[in-house]
Amino acid sequence: MARAVTSRRKTINTALAWGVGLIIFFPILWTILTSFKTEGDAIAYPPKFLFFDWTLENYSVVQERSDYMRYLWNSVIIAGGSTLLGIIIAVPAAWSMAFVPSKRTKDILMWMLSTKMLPAVGVLYPIYLMFIKLGLLDTRIGLVIVLMLINLPIIVWMLYTYFKEIPGEILEAARMDGATLKEEILHVLTPMAVPGIASTILLNVILAWNEAFWTLNLTAAKAGPLTAFIASYSSPEGLFYAKLSAASTMAIAPILILGWFSQKQLVRGLTFGAVK
Amino acid sequence: MATKASRSAARIMMAPAVILLLGWMLVPLIMTLWFSFRTYLPLRGGDLGFAGIDNYIRFVTSSAFWPAVVATMTIVVGALLITVVFGVLLALLLDQPMWGQGIVRILVIAPFFVMPTVSGLVWKNMFLDSVNGLFSHVFKFFGATPVEWMIDKPFFSIILIVSWQWLPFATLILLTAIQSLDSEQLEAAEMDGAPPLKRFWFITIPHLSRAITVVLLIETIFLLSIFAEIFVTTAGAFGTKTLTYLIFQRVLESQNVGLGSAGGVYAIVLANIVAFFLMRIVGKNLDA
Repeated sequence: MARAVTSRRKTINTALAWGVGLIIFFPILWTILTSFKTEGDAIAYPPKFLFFDWTLENYSVVQERSDYMRYLWNSVIIAGGSTLLGIIIAVPAAWSMAFVPSKRTKDILMWMLSTKMLPAVGVLYPIYLMFIKLGLLDTRIGLVIVLMLINLPIIVWMLYTYFKEIPGEILEAARMDGATLKEEILHVLTPMAVPGIASTILLNVILAWNEAFWTLNLTAAKAGPLTAFIASYSSPEGLFYAKLSAASTMAIAPILILGWFSQKQLVRGLTFGAVK
Repeated sequence: MATKASRSAARIMMAPAVILLLGWMLVPLIMTLWFSFRTYLPLRGGDLGFAGIDNYIRFVTSSAFWPAVVATMTIVVGALLITVVFGVLLALLLDQPMWGQGIVRILVIAPFFVMPTVSGLVWKNMFLDSVNGLFSHVFKFFGATPVEWMIDKPFFSIILIVSWQWLPFATLILLTAIQSLDSEQLEAAEMDGAPPLKRFWFITIPHLSRAITVVLLIETIFLLSIFAEIFVTTAGAFGTKTLTYLIFQRVLESQNVGLGSAGGVYAIVLANIVAFFLMRIVGKNLDA
């Protein structure tokens, strides 16, 4: 960097960027703050920013009244289960595409991605019907399967780009030394692939956690994850800002934290490698 | 070079993923196509036989169709414009040297990780509510009459919510692209006396054009199918019924599956047109 940056310019940049950053973050901050207020303080005019009676009451009320833990557990099972299942199916596929490419590899990859572009609403009724016929409506296993399928293309794609970065010579060296396919995967490839697999898991847990088309349309009270739990707050009766805020905070906190670790993977995963 | 044995092993390893996705794509697609040519009313007699292209005609001639097209276009174009313009500006800003860059990045990216139902409800109630929303408080403070945002300015409201969710995505991708810009080129232009605005227009923007295209295409695909944000805010009222929402209502609420499926086929064709251009860019990158 040859250009000298005056500290004055740096100060201006800093002030400007922090200002914009705080404005963008403000709705989240406000939600978190409101979750610690009493209902009265939550709608007070003028709004109370920091000086109010901090209380944890909303959190216990939300848990008691709507059984937050059950929804949380559903979210964990659905997001985690669909991601793991997807990884199990995608690792072999991505491995073979990255290391034993054929003429059709590229076409297969592109085709897989194209299935991701299918608008969900276009196939809503068929899936709904199949769920009824198979008894999968409002079950966690049903959602695990559907979310696995909608994220499978991204999982395969991300793993493929990570595996591609592993030098092929290492595998050939292992092969020369007489390693079998199984040994090759287990002892050579796996250790090198772990970081990529971990990143892929991270991003896909986030995507599955926040998915809000199938989770809203295919669940009711039993298997509903947090997206559905929050949507139940849209009915006007019994709408309280502090409780809505507490419920929202609990729904987004885990993923906000995970998300901050996954910034880089976000670009790779969501642009399918089109931006590097 | 791969041996014959490893080739067939590779094929076997690919099979589960390929077969699953093939089934996931073809089975519902064929069912939707089939339903779209039937008069199919599950609650009113079930499958009442072949309907020809009636459903396709009725879907586009119904009074709800054009308003839905307009609503969809308004939301998609509005959110695209806002996220791309502010995304470029924000990416440029975040690329500058500053203190606490990492923290600012985290603040800016955060909305992307908020689930759609939460952002919909939080904005609708805590910011855009005409009595207790924060916007109304600000209006009252300045002596203005608070606005019923969700009712009187429904598009503004939804575009605001959706843009808030997608601005981080655009910013992050554009920032990644800006960081790969060769700074020597900018310095050379600077030394030749090119003013900042010219450097921006003739060097930065062309460099970003591909990233911008990718952002536009990916966002279009996602924005065309936004659902939860409308579901929890207006539920399609006040003219905000998008194509996606209209199809959802036809299929699940009024249970006119034939008609809804015809709409679904239109949505699939539309998404495929966008996807076609996106795939071309992705494909080009795959060769490189």
